[in-house]
Amino acid sequence: MVPVVRNVFFPHCRDWPLAHVIRLEKVSKVYARGARPALDQISLEVERGEFVFLVGASGSGKSTFLRLVLREERPTSGSVFVAGRDLSKISQWKVPHLRRQIGTVFQDFRLLHNKTVFENVAIALQVIGKPRHHVMTTVPETLDMVGLAGKEKRMPHELSGGEQQRVAIARAFVNRPVILLADEPTGNLDPTTSVGIMRLLDRINRTGTTIVMATHDDEIVDQMRKRVVELIDGQMVRDQARGVYGAPR
Amino acid sequence: MRVRFVLSQIGNGLRRNLAMGISVVLVTFISLTFVGAAVLLQTQINNMKDDWYDRVEVSVFLCPQTSYAPTCAGGEVTEDQMAQIESVLESEALSSYVDTVYVETKDQAFAAFQSQFGDQGWAQRITVDQMQLSFRVKLHDPEQYQVVADELSGREGVEEVVDQRQILEPLFLILNRTTILSAGLAALMTVTAVMLITTTIRLSAMSRSRETSIMRLVGASNLFIQLPFMLEGAIAALLGALLAIGGLWLAVRYLVEDWLAESVRWVNFVDTTDVLTVAPILIAIGIGLAGISSLVTLSRYTKV
Repeated sequence: MVPVVRNVFFPHCRDWPLAHVIRLEKVSKVYARGARPALDQISLEVERGEFVFLVGASGSGKSTFLRLVLREERPTSGSVFVAGRDLSKISQWKVPHLRRQIGTVFQDFRLLHNKTVFENVAIALQVIGKPRHHVMTTVPETLDMVGLAGKEKRMPHELSGGEQQRVAIARAFVNRPVILLADEPTGNLDPTTSVGIMRLLDRINRTGTTIVMATHDDEIVDQMRKRVVELIDGQMVRDQARGVYGAPR
Repeated sequence: MRVRFVLSQIGNGLRRNLAMGISVVLVTFISLTFVGAAVLLQTQINNMKDDWYDRVEVSVFLCPQTSYAPTCAGGEVTEDQMAQIESVLESEALSSYVDTVYVETKDQAFAAFQSQFGDQGWAQRITVDQMQLSFRVKLHDPEQYQVVADELSGREGVEEVVDQRQILEPLFLILNRTTILSAGLAALMTVTAVMLITTTIRLSAMSRSRETSIMRLVGASNLFIQLPFMLEGAIAALLGALLAIGGLWLAVRYLVEDWLAESVRWVNFVDTTDVLTVAPILIAIGIGLAGISSLVTLSRYTKV
């Protein structure tokens, strides 16, 4: 028997089983007719609070997986459930509400260059209509947590790559999302800086945030010893608890 | 926070696209000026029709002593013929069109003639007997003149049926043509305005695509993302509309009220009150144009 909790994402909806924050059922995604599917019959469940590495070469379907969870794409077949909701059944105007529960971090940081560090993080709260006093307290708190206290007024180009990624993580986390998706967050960073970023993600994970991180950084995966899901050419070839990057099948 | 944020977005957008913003303002200004001019011209025409059509009559001139009209071969109109014509005017076929009928006697015609031309030498030699009897027919709808004319022309004793309205027709024709011209230009300029606003919003959306994509990512609603763009367009269009209203107001104030109305006193001209009546229409059209343009553009460029 799975315990049931209130659906905090969609309070007016049916309560959903506690365990699965993300669930894919036989999901396939074909971009062009006749082409090899980017994802092929993937079934996967991610539990609340889990840390999952999505590994595989470029083009193996990692990014497609993340885009499906964000509902930037719709599956060609199969169903994607996020927070107990079938994404194919939520209406277009509810998509923003879904995204408010998901923080996203990218390899290229995606910061606004004409805005300060503070503004870059604050925008995530401003656009969803949080009151000013909430922004004024939460943003510095979050910047402090990611290790950027005192750099609120800097512009992104004045920061190192690692610091810029911390700003991006702060922006993704400032709204305290339930899920954090990271698409190769250490891809542009040197190994030492990467370790710092991973420590930060681990800390965020310990607050109960589910993290799905796509990467092909084998050192990081081997060090962290978290759940590893491996994709090759769109097929899931491995799902291993406390796995390593290149584990034997 | 929300309002302030949206306002800052609009400020940024307008500053970044200042030249485009100004061109949108100007194009809306010109197009709405033409729209307003067309509406004012029509108002003027209606004013004049209301004013004059109340007074115009169809004159049925009866045969005088000497006339070359074939229907007057029998000489001056007789009592019998007059009675017959009167009965036609009161017949069922015409009674629904005819409002009132009265006879203008020779004395009345003479008086009117004298008051108009009495100060001229040749008029002194005209006598009452040379005047012409006529039926003056007032119609419910002056436009229905032809029905009366068809019924009466060619009857014995009727020399000619004249519609006073015809004297005014050339004037209305000119005014109507001007309205059409103005409306045509307005339509053309409106199309230009829509395309320009569309292009401006598209440029604005593309130059902010990075910002937009980040806002979508952190869960901004569609409306929230699109609102600044819509308001930018609407503000520019509103400015254009206000300029158009100002322009029309000045034109009516100084050209019509101060000059035309002073020099041509027998016409009831449009005044600045009419401009103020048109104003809300122009504002609505301006904002409507911007709204339609944004809806068309934004659904394509800032999709969630």
